[in-house]
Amino acid sequence: MIIKTTALVVSNELVAENIYRMEILSPEISRNAKPGQFINIKISENFDPFLPRPFSIYNTIEDKIQIIFNAIGKGTKILSTFKAGASINIFGPLGRGFNIADEFDIAVVVAGGLGIAPFPFLTKILKEKNKKIISFVGAKTKNQIVTDGLENIKIATDDGSLGYKGTIIEFLKSNILNMNLTSSLSTFKIFGCGPNPMLKALVNLCNELKINCEISVETQMACGTGLCRGCAVRSKDGNYKLACKDGPVFNSNEIILW
Amino acid sequence: MVKTEVTIGKLKIKNPVLVASGTFGYGDELLGTVDISKLGGIVTKSLTLKPKIGNPPPRIAETPCGMLNSIGLENIGVDKFITEKLPVLRNYDTAIIVNIAAKRVEDYCEIIKRLEDAEGVSAYEINISCPNVKEGGLEFGTNLSMTAKIVKETRKITDKTLIIKLTPNVTRISDFAKVCKEEGADAVSLINTVVGMAIDIKTRKPKIASITGGLSGPAIKPIAIAKVFEVFKNVDIPIIGIGGITTWEDAVEFMIAGAKAVQVGTANFVDPTVSLQIISGIIRYCEENEIFDVNEIVGSIVLDSPQV
Repeated sequence: MIIKTTALVVSNELVAENIYRMEILSPEISRNAKPGQFINIKISENFDPFLPRPFSIYNTIEDKIQIIFNAIGKGTKILSTFKAGASINIFGPLGRGFNIADEFDIAVVVAGGLGIAPFPFLTKILKEKNKKIISFVGAKTKNQIVTDGLENIKIATDDGSLGYKGTIIEFLKSNILNMNLTSSLSTFKIFGCGPNPMLKALVNLCNELKINCEISVETQMACGTGLCRGCAVRSKDGNYKLACKDGPVFNSNEIILW
Repeated sequence: MVKTEVTIGKLKIKNPVLVASGTFGYGDELLGTVDISKLGGIVTKSLTLKPKIGNPPPRIAETPCGMLNSIGLENIGVDKFITEKLPVLRNYDTAIIVNIAAKRVEDYCEIIKRLEDAEGVSAYEINISCPNVKEGGLEFGTNLSMTAKIVKETRKITDKTLIIKLTPNVTRISDFAKVCKEEGADAVSLINTVVGMAIDIKTRKPKIASITGGLSGPAIKPIAIAKVFEVFKNVDIPIIGIGGITTWEDAVEFMIAGAKAVQVGTANFVDPTVSLQIISGIIRYCEENEIFDVNEIVGSIVLDSPQV
């Protein structure tokens, strides 16, 4: 069930450099959402920007949902000006979220930059299922690191201002190799989200080590519901899948990253 | 009580608001969210004889007050539509207008033949104006003799209402509407998208993979109004107006320019329930202006000075 509603903004706060976390009152979406799903927000009544903007559900807290965004584009800059008490047009929950029903004991969450967006919600649900969670969070610099709601956090920054100096995937690889995992790799599952170069490196690593991996992808998107067929992603079978409906979460061997 | 029924050829629709091809899937995608039986009708995504996987991504790019798309007629093919979609759709009290695209005249005819044997099709909209496929799109819709041939041949296959969807990417759209009428079409729908292009200045690459795409959304509305009015002035054929309609005011504007009905397109991507709001807005407009029948609005444009 997709819910279309005008909801109340409960809070909208700066949590890192140019990064905002917005809390929206929406009992129905909060109740129905699954980790990895997203909502669409209609930014402007005046058609500019025209298309709605998709945001991963960062977390659900009782009747509220949270999103996180970097105020860099036209839409997100407008969104950053929304104050508590404002009303906002939202539509969701949309898309296919993470599969947490398969066999694994340890969840490894890998986030690049704002790729952290779906993971506090996933972490909450995984904890309810008594899974062990390790979180790898990477960003360009320490001012852009957000880790609220994550567990067992390991950080990498490109400039070395916090944690490991280098990419999050290099850091992840050295950690996995040092874990002395004799034959237990199959009990791991990796959940990744972030920019495409990072996801590509992650998928290569998971293929190399034969680790089950799901990634949440980001594409240009219009409707968010499958109506427009605009957010096509190449699938391994030579067809296309839709990021909005078949994804945004895909198993790493389902699709070909671009 | 405002009379909202309008007639397009042999097709009676309960109100003048349809959802445009390619913007509402096959009509069954959002049944839990949008009550499609309140719509005048649904125009399906373009169907081809064989399924098509569509164009490579990126397929869309947002532009000021609109978007470019190049989906490339991705669709399940006519046979699957008949077996999987029509049985669901015909349970709803709304007109099902099937949009058809093809590379060859014979294929247009074959698709209609197959649909004629199925139950639940209210009318056909012939797409001769898709800007995003190599053959069968603009190549047909920008050529008067090809347009004539397609209308003539498809007309032979069906008695149902035949609507020809026209492109604005021509010098005089009314010449095309005239040919459609002469060859027996019941109506024309206009406009399809306007050929457009956008470039990412950082990478210097086109924003969509097929380089050019079709521009839609409020950005093209004034173009569409001008084309509707041109056809209305010059050709006596029912017009379905399309192009950037997002509010009831837009719909009324198209009707004043001469459209008997309208299609809501890209706005469905922003809010898939927008057509229902447009319908109630049109009714409210009629009530407030003591208009008893929406047909009174059609072509009611007021021109003060003699036209040049």
